Amino acid sequence: MTIFLTLLHKEFLRFWKVAFQTVAAPILTSILYLVIFSNALDSRVVIYENVSYGAFLVPGLVMMSVLQNAFANSSSSIIQSKVTGNIVFMLLPPISYIEFFGAYVLASVARGLTVGSGVFLATVWFVDLQISAPLWAVAFAILGSANLGALGLIAGIWAEKFDQLAAFQNFVILPLTFLSGVFYSLKSLPPVWQTLSHFNPFFYVIDGFRFGFFGASDAAPAVSLAVVGTSFVVLSAATLLLLKSGYKLRH
Amino acid sequence: MQPAIRINEVRKCYGTLQALDGVCLEIMPGEIFGLLGPNGAGKTTLISVVAGLARADSGSIEVMGADVIVEYRRARRMLGVVPQELVFDPFFSVRETLEIQSGYFGIRKNGAWIDEILHNLDLTSKADDNMRSLSGGMKRRVLVAQAMVHKPPVIVLDEPTAGVDVELRQSLWKFMRSLNREGHTIVLTTHYLEEAELLCNRIGMLKAGKVVALDSTKNLLENFSGLYLKLRVDCTELPADESFHVVSRDVDLFTLRLEDFQQLERVLAGLRRAGVAIREFELQPPDLEEVFVRIMNRH
Repeated sequence: MTIFLTLLHKEFLRFWKVAFQTVAAPILTSILYLVIFSNALDSRVVIYENVSYGAFLVPGLVMMSVLQNAFANSSSSIIQSKVTGNIVFMLLPPISYIEFFGAYVLASVARGLTVGSGVFLATVWFVDLQISAPLWAVAFAILGSANLGALGLIAGIWAEKFDQLAAFQNFVILPLTFLSGVFYSLKSLPPVWQTLSHFNPFFYVIDGFRFGFFGASDAAPAVSLAVVGTSFVVLSAATLLLLKSGYKLRH
Repeated sequence: MQPAIRINEVRKCYGTLQALDGVCLEIMPGEIFGLLGPNGAGKTTLISVVAGLARADSGSIEVMGADVIVEYRRARRMLGVVPQELVFDPFFSVRETLEIQSGYFGIRKNGAWIDEILHNLDLTSKADDNMRSLSGGMKRRVLVAQAMVHKPPVIVLDEPTAGVDVELRQSLWKFMRSLNREGHTIVLTTHYLEEAELLCNRIGMLKAGKVVALDSTKNLLENFSGLYLKLRVDCTELPADESFHVVSRDVDLFTLRLEDFQQLERVLAGLRRAGVAIREFELQPPDLEEVFVRIMNRH
């Protein structure tokens, strides 16, 4: 257990030591999103009755921060270690691939939840927000960040340079997050886009998380939980296979 | 006696390059073993395969009896590796780096041993400094310390003295000798043949992924017996004589290769007969560099 706890502790320290960059900066970005979008759209967009656009936006922004930071944590840690060569310090000791996976994903969950909590605490003062089913919200936050932590590991293992990882982040993660319903409800989209959005797994994470606040969502929360849970099982299996085979880590 | 490292018929290809071609090697406990070879000979690949950083295409490797694939956890606990590249984690101080490395080997409270390593490697004053702030030499010391945190019986150093100053090189030699006296098996790759000659009991030479020489340092030097005679004379040409072979010449300074001491008298007598006056005279035994060059040229 010491091996796993050490790796987890090291990964936790790695982002905490640069908390301005890894925690404070995404919180500030989310506040800016909220201030700009809610001021511009508050009186024009009504999604749920008795819920302002600003209040609708907050859970989406929280979850977007959770997902993006969970992905950034594991992917940047792996790629930095690979590029600088210090990954050798983790490959030489008797660390099993399961310990490696567990520590990196848990550290990603920790960073995702830390930033998400920070965004929530910083933005909740601007809007009138209820939390009708907190356990659903927590479940989606944990599962969502675990999914992105695993996906970050896959991207970090696959990428050989920062450029490739940035491409993954900008051309896969960012569009999927922005098109998942952070800023809008699926019901406001044309039917074709509504159908297409159901193929975006990020939609279920954000929609399920939002259900925890408003008790209302575009998809049934149990369906969303099943999709997100299945996605985590698939991503975990893929990541564990990569780690076990030593793909792009051990020659 | 069980070998500290047993390498059996190991082969490894990178694309079309045969990096290791059926390497067989046994390194016994308590040895300081030198692994020599030109660039690209396969030294680092061999170390990587032993350490689990790379996987052999075929063959097997054991560290203190533990197979590096099947019993990788036990094998890695037996092994400390100092990598060739000067790598470090910029997020941590020296002490944090060593504490984390201890944890990776399952050791929680390792403060006393870490203090001792820091002292032995002259790093105590740098313990709380961030890794980024250290000089290259200091970073090299930390790499050695990281390989030592779990007190491995076998320590592999991949060119530990490459690019370090004389003072650090000598302190590393001293440290390696003291580790060896305490019972650690040391495996060393180096391009400094003087270093290998000075430290190693036994030497293996690799060329194109094959072991081309494997013997004690003493035997290697004796088997390639011969002497070098350096002469500064009063002329720029030596008389043709079958009793000696001129290896090199710089104006009036000639280096002659002799097979043995008996040949010395014949050479001197021949020079006297030819009327050549000797101004300076120096006799040198062959060194490992000469042995290395001859073995590499032969294969």
